[in-house]
Amino acid sequence: MNQVCPVFKKEFFGYFRSPVGYVILAVFIMLLTGLAFFTGFYESNTANLDTLWNFLPWIFMVFIPATGMRLWAEEKRSGSIELLFTLPISITSAVVGKFLAAWLFISLGIVLTFPMAITTGYLGNPDWGIIMAGYFGSVLMAGSYLAISSVCSAMTQNQVISFVLSVLICFAVTLMGSDILLSILGGLPSGLLDFIGNFSFYIHFQTITRGLIEMSALSFFGLLTIASLAINIVILKRQS
Amino acid sequence: MVTVENLIKDYGAIRAVDGVSFKVNKGDILGFLGPNGAGKSTTMKVISGYLAPTSGTASVDGFDVQEHPLEVKKRIGYLPESNAAYPEMTVLEFLTYVAEARGYRSKEDINDRLADVIVKCHLKKVQNQSIETLSKGYRQRVGVAQAILHDPPVLILDEPTDGLDPNQKHEVRKLISNMAQDKAIVLSTHILEEVEALCNRVIIIDQGKKVIDETPEELKARDPKLKMDEIFRELTNRNVYV
Repeated sequence: MNQVCPVFKKEFFGYFRSPVGYVILAVFIMLLTGLAFFTGFYESNTANLDTLWNFLPWIFMVFIPATGMRLWAEEKRSGSIELLFTLPISITSAVVGKFLAAWLFISLGIVLTFPMAITTGYLGNPDWGIIMAGYFGSVLMAGSYLAISSVCSAMTQNQVISFVLSVLICFAVTLMGSDILLSILGGLPSGLLDFIGNFSFYIHFQTITRGLIEMSALSFFGLLTIASLAINIVILKRQS
Repeated sequence: MVTVENLIKDYGAIRAVDGVSFKVNKGDILGFLGPNGAGKSTTMKVISGYLAPTSGTASVDGFDVQEHPLEVKKRIGYLPESNAAYPEMTVLEFLTYVAEARGYRSKEDINDRLADVIVKCHLKKVQNQSIETLSKGYRQRVGVAQAILHDPPVLILDEPTDGLDPNQKHEVRKLISNMAQDKAIVLSTHILEEVEALCNRVIIIDQGKKVIDETPEELKARDPKLKMDEIFRELTNRNVYV
């Protein structure tokens, strides 16, 4: 497992070796804070970051597949995967190393929205516990989106296919349990709707941003991430 | 050091390697010859642990590739045919990554290994350039550098002199033969004079099957009137027009 470190380092600093990493980060932060400002960050007159968190799952849906699409697809297309897997690095270490690197990169993007939190603290008297819970929930949820993207990336050597596929899946898991879907499925029995809602990223994330760090949300994101990474490992093993 | 027994590898319905067996001992430089698509690269990929064989075994230093992949990979330096590195990395960054992945942790050890291969492969001039800006010859030398970085007992080199000019070819051959005493080396090539100059054993495979396994002298002695590449053509050309 101590072989995770070289992969992690190579991958994380890789985001900053080309302009792509900077562009993704800049667009993410501008989009997220911009949307929060224009949808009532000030007008709501409440000292919290709800306007920020509202859009986060929808922005993650595009931003995280864009970050994760290269993880495996690029190695396969260029052939460098052959080098990676003839170094004494197990598939598990490589999957974990790459995942952690991309996760840290995304977390960096999330943390860089801190001026919003500072603004809130300057203008009002927010509950810092709830704000921290929101950041914690964001990072946790990002892990699950990323693990899904990593699986999609391992399935193809084409980054575009990997991107589109993971956006589709991320879209589906975000939409589940949202008001839009519920109104379309209005005719179904409520027990079934609740069941569908249990798989929604949106609903679990909302619970956390309200300051409730529940076991159900923690285990949902945690297990989903671990399960996706396990699938990722199996896919790569089968390809050798 | 390297033992391959009855190796079979299928890609879907296509049989790329069909029952190849051979042994490479310390001090051997084994030249792997064969037309394109004969199964040379596939065999090398199986030995290096990148591909799993359909059946048969490959082992290095007594460790089976399937059962102890990491032990095998530690003992092998491998130059892939694609020789793909990470284009945005500089030569130093790339070699540092390989050194860390090979288990070197302290700064001194890493610098020590890097200095050694940079001298051996003549990379001093380009060490701070990103790999995408390098010429094919330099890229190939970076590939050789990463393969010999941990001074492995076994070297698997897939077309090590491909894309080099005659001077560079000479350099790489010199490098390989200097290392040969205490290593087992397998290299594939299309250049028959290279086999003559470098190898003490030749294996020709054609359509996945081993055709011959002998010394270059024996190969030449098959028909003293012919040149080596004519003998090669005779041995491997049979099915081209069928």
